[in-house]
Amino acid sequence: MKILVCISHVPDTTSKINFTENDTQFDTNGVQFVINPYDEFSLTRAMWFKEKQGASVTVVNVGNATTEPTLRKALAIGADAAIRVNAAATDGLFVAKQLAEVVKNGGYDLVLTGRESIDYNGGMVPGMLASLVDFNFVNGCVGIEVDGTEVSLVREIDGGNETHASTLPMVVAGQKGIVEESDLRIPNMRGIMMARKKPLTVVEPLEIENATAAQSYEKPAPKGAVKLIAADNIDALIDLLHNEAKVI
Amino acid sequence: MSVLVFADSSEGKFKKSAFEVVSYGKRVAEQLGTTVAVVTINALDVSELYTYGAEKVLTVSNEQLKTFNAKGYTSVLQQAATAENASIVVLDSSINVLHVAPMLAVAMNAGYASNVVALPSEVAPFTIKRKAFSNKGFSNTVMNTENKIIGVAKNSYGVHENPVSGTSESFDVTLSESDFGVTSEKVEKASGKVTIADADTVVSAGRGLKGPENWAMIEELAEVLGAATACSKPVSDLGWRPHGEHVGQTGKPVASNLYIAIGISGAIQHLAGINASKVKVVINTDPEAPFFKAADYGIVGDAFEVVPVLIEKLKAFKAA
Repeated sequence: MKILVCISHVPDTTSKINFTENDTQFDTNGVQFVINPYDEFSLTRAMWFKEKQGASVTVVNVGNATTEPTLRKALAIGADAAIRVNAAATDGLFVAKQLAEVVKNGGYDLVLTGRESIDYNGGMVPGMLASLVDFNFVNGCVGIEVDGTEVSLVREIDGGNETHASTLPMVVAGQKGIVEESDLRIPNMRGIMMARKKPLTVVEPLEIENATAAQSYEKPAPKGAVKLIAADNIDALIDLLHNEAKVI
Repeated sequence: MSVLVFADSSEGKFKKSAFEVVSYGKRVAEQLGTTVAVVTINALDVSELYTYGAEKVLTVSNEQLKTFNAKGYTSVLQQAATAENASIVVLDSSINVLHVAPMLAVAMNAGYASNVVALPSEVAPFTIKRKAFSNKGFSNTVMNTENKIIGVAKNSYGVHENPVSGTSESFDVTLSESDFGVTSEKVEKASGKVTIADADTVVSAGRGLKGPENWAMIEELAEVLGAATACSKPVSDLGWRPHGEHVGQTGKPVASNLYIAIGISGAIQHLAGINASKVKVVINTDPEAPFFKAADYGIVGDAFEVVPVLIEKLKAFKAA
């Protein structure tokens, strides 16, 4: 089984979000970038398929050269090879079309992604990619088993889970549950050394117009200070929630 | 050119988000000087949609779509958009619809903006405001494509009445075998519980509760408020509560009207997932807990003393 894992290069969750150049660019100054947490769950499941079922695992990212350390980290975790499509990722449909080209050229059986990235939160690339290459698609996956070309999946739904059956080739967008938090791997020294020797191929993008473009960014309005209510004055809280906030 | 809205239903009934997207679609159609049509799948009574501006409702009844099927739903929406000559499709942000939207974008060769929080600020160029950076920022996005899909973030635009004398007609769809490459085998759902996605109020608790045996008061508080119960990540990792209750960055997102956090310190990952809630209340023994900076109302106190009193007072308030 040939697995492709799509990796987004995102600011660490604890990053301060600021904008520069008249609020038209995300300020990367002082920001640490990581593998998108949702993608990391899927990458870890891919490692399981590699170790238990002999799958090969390639990771791919659409981004400029600054994203390579993130791809190297994925190699250090255990992926066999990496591909970087040399283009800034600014629009979901653009990224999906670039990834579709990689999928078509690589003959992958299973494409694993995260449900969404924690920077633009679009949640659209996996489904678009599946439609572009005409693969079966399951979103929000919290469990996947593959037997030959038969795939059994569990998807999270409102208030529960749904079990699906499908067949390869597939695109599956994972989230916590596809592996547990405790299954995530921190690259060890040997992995980091080996990652340096693994192939990282740079491919040039298809020329495609962006479907959408961020024109400017804003930060949320500053929040007022919390209103503190004494622990022995619950009546005051109920009064505020009813008369001021109007939520009860 | 017209605007098409998908009003999603569950077991035949609409959720609040269906009324929100109909309200939104009606206003966008007015901005563009065009008409709005709404499509439904296996909904029982569509007349409620007229209250929110649905001039025309296309009703699809299909046995094969009794259980959700992403590709089947995509086909329905694409066929409805073609029939209505719609270049703008308005969708909500429920789990099922988030599954369908990107597939529909490809089928219609449309740009897709998700997490949209307001009406278009301009229609030429078509500019809309979206949430980004896990609720720590907004992006004003221009959509360049002829066809556009707008995913409205839950509880962001709101439900606005706009009564019209609408009409409904049944809409026939053609589905092919290739629409069913993924089949549903089994659905496990807790019955009779308010889900986090649907709840107006969410009562959430963290490690401050000390152990799973202490959740009875959280469930009672939720019941009094008609709320869903949720928990922080450590609590689900420890196995005190089911994973489905974990809210925060890698768990479920919350965009309720009222979010009550009990014994949760407010790690940045937790706040990223619940920040879209309108009013936040925190109850915590530690006055330095970061949640107090993110909350609207706070009580510094012991949950084991505060919550039982809150339950009693709320019962009295509800009864009055």
